[in-house]
Amino acid sequence: MLIGILALQGDFAEHRAALAALGVDSRLVRLPNELSAIDGLIIPGGESTTMALLLDRYELREPLRARLAAGLPAWGTCAGMVLLARRLTDARPRPLGIVDMVVSRNAFGRQVDSFETQLSVDGIGEPALHAVFIRAPVVQETGPAVRVLARLPDGRPVAVQQGPHLATAFHPELTADRRLHRRFLATVAQRSTVQSARLATDRSAFPG
Amino acid sequence: MVNGDKKTGTWTVKVGLAQMLKGGVIMDVVTADQARIAEDAGACAVMALERVPAEIRAAGGVARMADPTKVAEIQAAVSIPVMAKCRIGHIVEAQVLEALGVDYIDESEVLTPADEANHVWKHDYTVPFVCGCRDLGEALRRIGEGAAMIRTKGEAGTGNVVEAVRHARAVLGALRRIGTLDDAELMAEAKRLGAPLQLLQEVRRDGRLPVVNFAAGGIATPADAALMMQVGVDGVFVGSGIFKSEHPARMAGAIVKATTHFRDAAIVAEASRGLGAAMPGLDVHEIPETEQLAVRGW
Repeated sequence: MLIGILALQGDFAEHRAALAALGVDSRLVRLPNELSAIDGLIIPGGESTTMALLLDRYELREPLRARLAAGLPAWGTCAGMVLLARRLTDARPRPLGIVDMVVSRNAFGRQVDSFETQLSVDGIGEPALHAVFIRAPVVQETGPAVRVLARLPDGRPVAVQQGPHLATAFHPELTADRRLHRRFLATVAQRSTVQSARLATDRSAFPG
Repeated sequence: MVNGDKKTGTWTVKVGLAQMLKGGVIMDVVTADQARIAEDAGACAVMALERVPAEIRAAGGVARMADPTKVAEIQAAVSIPVMAKCRIGHIVEAQVLEALGVDYIDESEVLTPADEANHVWKHDYTVPFVCGCRDLGEALRRIGEGAAMIRTKGEAGTGNVVEAVRHARAVLGALRRIGTLDDAELMAEAKRLGAPLQLLQEVRRDGRLPVVNFAAGGIATPADAALMMQVGVDGVFVGSGIFKSEHPARMAGAIVKATTHFRDAAIVAEASRGLGAAMPGLDVHEIPETEQLAVRGW
């Protein structure tokens, strides 16, 4: 299994270290050709405005969007959640439009309002996750295909999943708890198995 | 779902914002228009100032925190983080910048120091601080006071990268050397560097600084930025290098590109084409020590 980590800017090295600690190979993705051969993609924390601009400037947007739309598993943390959204409440930047959700950037205020808290996340069991929110976004609306995995006490979603695509407003890569990384890797593994089975079926249906 | 209380101003969220800036370029700006140019060029944050270091150097006199009106204009113009500088040891300028809601405070040698004996005790603030350093001892003293991000001092406003290289190599070389020391030697090293022993023990265990480490002071071209990244910093500050160049928007975009793709010489070459004149440079050996900014602070 090879996980790509979008490395235009942000805390890609922290995700890489988290994957290495779990014994998983990763590759930093900065150019379109580096998207080949990856089984899943992490879009790290960072500045979403900067990353969105650089996606365009380095001609990564379309190849990346196409692979995600075709089902490449992906996980966006913070800026990554912003980029995966269908729409933002701000006019800029332009998201990739992969997860059917509307996201507000910097939803909690400035850096002095960044915070840590305990969060119950569906599907990772007890105890609650220690979650770090840094100039974090929040999900304002979700479409019918989106499952909410975690909410703040005021009810706003901060972790969601739609098929193979996971998005969190916080940064599991900044803490030592690896449950969400494991969860994402399980999605990737499941997807690869399904795809290899499908390929095998296709081959047997059309021999030679 | 049951959730606990929110904790703000923790070490993790302070250091965490700097982690989000890694691999990026932080640009000095003096107007809202410049801030928008920086953001559109791909800056991951801007530093709001009255004057860029080259102008401060030329003007002389006392350089202070920017006018709050200026800071607010720049905050309103962009959605990326906005940093601002306070004078070394000026605890009230720091309080004012925190009240204005800046995302990071640079306690900076580029401004005229307010206290020649003490730096700000940065643990007292909710807002995080970045501080300059020339070597590992200075970096760890600032981290000990609560700096959540470190940058080289370099020699600001010169367009000459030599001091930034000297300071980055001093820090990173010392980090490598620390890894080879035993416990007794580490105490001797703490004495020699004037650094807190506990932080040195942490550095030896992890093989790196406990906070993000950027380069600053004299970076003027895409190749300068890529050079600093290859030397081993996490990102770069560009001060006068952008808005004192002939084509600021082009230069800004090119420096961002060279910082992202710092190991790819073909891309750095492409980014370096047709940029017009870089800012005029100064030979640091010709600047009298009394006019050097890096010697401010300890």
